[in-house]
Amino acid sequence: MTRYLAARAAHALLLLSGISVLSFVFFQLAPGDFFSDLRLNPSISAETVAALRAQYGLDQPLHVKYFRWLTSVAQGEFGYSFSYHSPAAPLLLARAHNTLFLTIPATILAWLLAVPLGTWAAARAGEWPDRVSAAGASALLSVPDLLLALGVLALAVHTGAFPVGGMVSLGYEQLGAWEKVRDILSHAFLPVTALALTILPTLLRHVRAAMVEALAAPFVKASRAHGLPRRSVMRHALRVAANPLISLFGLTLGNLLGASLLIEVILSWPGMGPLLLEAISARDFHVVIGAVMFSAVAFIGGNFAADVLLYAADPRIRTK
Amino acid sequence: MKMASRKRLWVVLAMLAAMHAVVLLAGFFSPHHPARQNRMAPFAAPSRLRFVDEQGQFHFRPFVYARVPHPADPRARTEARARAYPVRFFVEGWEYQVAGVFRSRLHLLGADEGAPLFLLGTDEYGRDVFSRLLHGGQISLLAGVLAAGLSLALGTALGTLAGFFGRWADAGIMRLAELFLSLPWVYLLLAVRAFLPLHISPAEAFLLITVVVGMIGWARPARLVRGVVLSAKERTYVLAARGFGASNFYLLRKHILPQTHGVLLTQASLLIPQYILAEVTLSFLGLGVGEPASSWGNMLSSLQQYHVLTSYWWMFAPGGALLLFAQGFFLLASALQERASGSL
Repeated sequence: MTRYLAARAAHALLLLSGISVLSFVFFQLAPGDFFSDLRLNPSISAETVAALRAQYGLDQPLHVKYFRWLTSVAQGEFGYSFSYHSPAAPLLLARAHNTLFLTIPATILAWLLAVPLGTWAAARAGEWPDRVSAAGASALLSVPDLLLALGVLALAVHTGAFPVGGMVSLGYEQLGAWEKVRDILSHAFLPVTALALTILPTLLRHVRAAMVEALAAPFVKASRAHGLPRRSVMRHALRVAANPLISLFGLTLGNLLGASLLIEVILSWPGMGPLLLEAISARDFHVVIGAVMFSAVAFIGGNFAADVLLYAADPRIRTK
Repeated sequence: MKMASRKRLWVVLAMLAAMHAVVLLAGFFSPHHPARQNRMAPFAAPSRLRFVDEQGQFHFRPFVYARVPHPADPRARTEARARAYPVRFFVEGWEYQVAGVFRSRLHLLGADEGAPLFLLGTDEYGRDVFSRLLHGGQISLLAGVLAAGLSLALGTALGTLAGFFGRWADAGIMRLAELFLSLPWVYLLLAVRAFLPLHISPAEAFLLITVVVGMIGWARPARLVRGVVLSAKERTYVLAARGFGASNFYLLRKHILPQTHGVLLTQASLLIPQYILAEVTLSFLGLGVGEPASSWGNMLSSLQQYHVLTSYWWMFAPGGALLLFAQGFFLLASALQERASGSL
């Protein structure tokens, strides 16, 4: 157990450090930095700009910059944001929290919809529930995330049933505790729904495929023949089908984070996406690298969690 | 069954080819120059092509009415029924190029000067959305196709290197591929874009995006090609050819790379729409092709203003085109996959 997990964790760490090194290589290749726009200003001399760059260590070679950044990561600062004049960590943490506030409920919602629907479609393979869900899934699959988010926004603005933009209403501070929760939830409803819809079709297809395979197994026929109730047969089949689905959970996280970025920008949810875009236009590279590292940690961490779950669910991995 | 699936593949291919042809011949199909502004008619609604005039008489040649301010509400528009502007076919107009080679002045549709022939309405500067849609399609589709070609070429080269020569090349390339695959795609795209120049002309932006999107997508095709090469190089006929003294290059060209065609074809049908979307996303976020050039992404970005989003539905037109192409490539991919699984 520990050896397997330690190997997976070491692999994840290796990937993360590889990504951070790669980011810094790109950082080094980038033309211009946060202070290059200052050069256009005639009242700021070239020496001042050079002094500023030296002050923040931007004139150092690649390995020095990288090790300085690693030190600040170790100190919990994650580099320095030039446009906010503060360590990057508090900024990143607040935004990461808001992004996870969308992605985690969306994942749960999507799985809660996909498992029963997929199972139902598999149990009635070839009949109308199967066809309807397959048609719906393929229609939804070909809608780009960007358009889905725009569509949701249009719907929200048109009907006015849900608040549009932001995470809280004006005057949020004056609300009572219960109303605060309600306010945030009503703001989160649309982005979470849109996000769940972006991964639902993929999940639905895989759940159906895995269940069709599991239901074809001889033990299902045998237990049916022995007169086991349909529900308990399904429960056993689901256990068998769970294996590929656990890996799928890790794999869809990448799509989920990407879709979340777009949805956050379009529905102006104060998550990691808007921060990343802002940092890109301001050439605030430590924040860019921080946002990229966040996505890598979430993605790789999710896959690590899937590995652990797989270990718990599948005895074949344990004996290997 | 087999016939049916083959027929479907051809139908999908013909459909996609027709859609691409329309975009390629954007100049011919556009009634207006894509950058021509019409300051008197911002956000004009799509013109209605009419066949029946005020007297109830039917005309074979469609016509449009001019739009004038409403007498009661100056902000609203109403049709001036006094004068009909007939739509003319195959008219001479502004000069355009087809694929950067042929020059022509011939346009499918046209109307007299001042006639509001806006098939999909106009944008905030009074530019014809239909013409911008077709011209923007040239940028979005070309970026997708070129980037997919670049990705597949890189993926094939690196995948072959890894699969055929093995050992440290294999280990190194596959570790690198893993790095590229362990970032969410949109974050990877933005991360690479972040470190490139921001304020550039549309032509430079187009090249930049194509290269960026093409360069970061090599990992998945490389993995697949590596798998095919690995199994192909152990086939008995390859070993026999090697025994007869065939060189590595000959083996790759004659026996191994042809095996990867199926995988590459399916990958292309998956990558092209994804990369079209990548260009659209970047331009939408203001990091791609900018004004005055049109791309589906920068056309859609005006929808981020709520009044555009709610009042002018025709501004969604690039989204509709995107949906059409996404659906076309989706059908192509599933037809190709069906063919691949049927032939095995």
